[in-house]
Amino acid sequence: MIRFVTSRLFRAGLTVLSVMTFAFVVLRMSGDPAQVLLGPDVPQNVVQDFRDRWGLDDPIWQQYLSYLRAMLHGDFGLSMRDRSPAIDLVMQRIPATLQLTIPALILQLAFGIPAGIYAALKRGTLADRGVIVTAIVGFTVPSFVLGLLLVLIFAVTLGILPSGGASSWQHAILPVLTMSIGGIGVLARFSRSAMIEVMGQPYIRTASAKGVSWGDVVRNHALPNAAVPIVTIVGFMVGSLIAGAIIVETIFSWPGMGRLLIVSVTNRDLAVVQCILLLVAAVMVVSNLTVDLLYGWLDPRLRQTAPAH
Amino acid sequence: MAVTNLNPPLPAERRKARMPLTVQLSLFWLLAMVLCALFVDVLRPYPITQMNLGTRLAAPGTPSHWLGTDELGRDVLSRLIQSVRSSLVIAFGATLISAFFGTLLGFMAAKFRGVVEHVVVMLADFQAALPFLIMSLAVLAFFGSSMLLLVCLMGFYGWERYARITRGLAISASAQGYAAAVVQLGAKPARVYLRHILPNVASTLIVSMTLTFPEIILMESSLSFLGLGVQPPDTSLGNMVGFGREYLTTAPWIMLSPAVVIVLTTLAISLAGDWLRDRLDPTL
Amino acid sequence: MSQLLDARGLVRVYTARRGLLGRPARVRAVDGVSLRVKRGETLGIVGESGSGKSTLGRVLLGIDAAQKGTVHIDGAPMPAFGTPGWRALRARIQMVYQDPLAALDRRLSVAHQLREPLDIHHLGDGESRSARISEVMQSVGLRPDQAGKFPHELSGGQRQRVVIARALMTEPELLVCDEPVSALDVSIQAQVVNLLADLQRDRGLGMVFISHDLKVVRNLCDRVAVMYLGRIVEEGPAEAVFADPRHPYTQALISSVPQPGRAANSRIILQGEPPDPGNRPPGCAFHPRCPMAEDSCRRAIPETRAVGGARSAACHLVAPAALTEPA
Repeated sequence: MIRFVTSRLFRAGLTVLSVMTFAFVVLRMSGDPAQVLLGPDVPQNVVQDFRDRWGLDDPIWQQYLSYLRAMLHGDFGLSMRDRSPAIDLVMQRIPATLQLTIPALILQLAFGIPAGIYAALKRGTLADRGVIVTAIVGFTVPSFVLGLLLVLIFAVTLGILPSGGASSWQHAILPVLTMSIGGIGVLARFSRSAMIEVMGQPYIRTASAKGVSWGDVVRNHALPNAAVPIVTIVGFMVGSLIAGAIIVETIFSWPGMGRLLIVSVTNRDLAVVQCILLLVAAVMVVSNLTVDLLYGWLDPRLRQTAPAH
Repeated sequence: MAVTNLNPPLPAERRKARMPLTVQLSLFWLLAMVLCALFVDVLRPYPITQMNLGTRLAAPGTPSHWLGTDELGRDVLSRLIQSVRSSLVIAFGATLISAFFGTLLGFMAAKFRGVVEHVVVMLADFQAALPFLIMSLAVLAFFGSSMLLLVCLMGFYGWERYARITRGLAISASAQGYAAAVVQLGAKPARVYLRHILPNVASTLIVSMTLTFPEIILMESSLSFLGLGVQPPDTSLGNMVGFGREYLTTAPWIMLSPAVVIVLTTLAISLAGDWLRDRLDPTL
Repeated sequence: MSQLLDARGLVRVYTARRGLLGRPARVRAVDGVSLRVKRGETLGIVGESGSGKSTLGRVLLGIDAAQKGTVHIDGAPMPAFGTPGWRALRARIQMVYQDPLAALDRRLSVAHQLREPLDIHHLGDGESRSARISEVMQSVGLRPDQAGKFPHELSGGQRQRVVIARALMTEPELLVCDEPVSALDVSIQAQVVNLLADLQRDRGLGMVFISHDLKVVRNLCDRVAVMYLGRIVEEGPAEAVFADPRHPYTQALISSVPQPGRAANSRIILQGEPPDPGNRPPGCAFHPRCPMAEDSCRRAIPETRAVGGARSAACHLVAPAALTEPA
């Protein structure tokens, strides 16, 4: 188990390093970092201070090391907009994004998994068909279309919910719905197939044949085994939630990190873009690592061998 | 993630099953889209940039503009046909790039193992650590948007899926299968990989392409919707939805018609892809 | 007369790692094997699974590189795997596989599979290649109309005939057969063995025949080598070894083959665990299962010694040739 954990930690560290290297390479390819990260019209002494701190006059490999050091200290450069550190700007926006993503994740888990399991147990019924159709729609309708449709229906036509802004809890309803519907579909479909797969295993048939009651078979044998594959997809859900937040915050004028990213990309406020890039990577690495460890804990076979998948 | 068939029929059933109506409709729709993209110059009633301020925001059903006009009096149907072409061309180009590099990396991992394999795994981890939309936004922020960059960027989408599949199949073929036998006949690696392993994994790769293709359409549409993908005067489906959003209350058709096309196209590819998967490769 | 295949002191150690950071375990799959095959001679290699006989086959072909020892083909050293020299040599040494379906490309017709060696080695032109395909197909007993068939349309025996035909396309001098009949139905095995025997006799092939089936080896082979945990424990003319096995392991193996007219209770039943190549006993590797083991067997690895009549054995308890008969 210790070996499994250390190998996963090692890979997570390597991934963070590769993302930082990616950012470094992209940054270098797009011009002088002092210019790019500080913007024009900055006093010469600030530029020189930055050049010294980042060691921009050193050989490239030393620059790389200085860059890594700066990243690890949270020094991502200054935002073009008000010359404040990019990290502060991003941190201010995180709570707003969490206000959308956390409820959306809870909704996805609370509806997606039970719906999938229910459909698997009632296979072939109308309820099952309904789950499949919802899942397909959830996958094929992109969130920007879904969001605009919800606005069209609930804000424009019915006029019962606000179409944008963040001044009351009602403002969060449409964004959270938009973010969660696709994920509910994905999760329901995945849980359903995981459950169907498990229900077809010989040990389930053995348990039923021994006379264990159906409810106990599902609770004690099927669900714990179906949980293993379901956990793996939750890591994927976190990634799509973060990507979804960018679109949803744009549609609903929600003052979160996603909107900040779009504004920064449009204005080429690169220090902020870089900061968000690394922050998201860190969140993703942590969530993938958690999923991996959870997976190892749920499936003892993986603890011994730690295969590279 | 694409729609997987959740209750695959038994092999005997599968062979007997006729093409379902939904799949027929999907193929019909896709054919129509491909024809649109191919014959865009003939089909398009008006040039996409032709403005007519006299007929601004005309509703659908107007005799000369079936799908209405936008805020500048441009014909929505014409722009829609042009958009289908942009979106399909980008998605098609990107799917080919992604399949090519994914397959190449998978083969290299299988051939050289060791360090090469670890590098490929690291690249896949990197891809998993950054939601693709965010990586694309960062690259577009640093380099600005252009059609070529967009296609190349989308070409990074989904390569790890091909790499994983081809690596696995190539390793099993080389371990003791036909690939090992051909090596023992004296064939060079190029012959082994191109004439034997590649044709044997082709059907699996094609099925994977049907998974990647709609995802790339959605990714490009999202970027264009955000104003960072296809740039005016060029137009794409996402870009039309993005601009149509401003007129959601007064002229929802500007945004609805491209939205419907996006949904129907991804749905059709998914349904047809599911069916193809059951036919060609039930293991995926 | 020069040896067609001359292998000396081959050692192949695998390092099997358990897990990403696991402790590497060393497995001595082939441990100091020397053997020779003349033109037109058939050498059988027998042993239980895990004895290293398949690994030995791969090392002899140069697919797997030995860490120690040398393989010479017709006096020339085996080129490194994957080099142009190694590839060119494939026209002269070929292999027949255990699972013919896996060894054939399922997308290609029989004729296409058979043409491939000629394409690879640039032998002949279009017409002579077609002629060669028909000729070889006929010699392995395939009908001309089967040229257009695909592997899955053929029976197991027919598939193995295709594999054999493909191996013969370039007129090789040496054929290594790794368990060529063990995946086939018993009723088909004899046909394929007879085919191999005929081809070997007609074409003067040198052949290494790897099998766990003693009866097949006895029928087909001129000489036989018995392997146990990576070493050859006994070698000699097939008739002599089968009639009068010297090594206790060979005696046990041969007595395990039922023979009409012999009481079942005269069989030697081996004691103990089956051999594990990852955990080799010290001294003579066979001693934990040997009914005659003595103290010396637990300490020293027995050397291979001539025991008379072109035979050799590696056992402390078998008297060397000089003591039993004049050399």
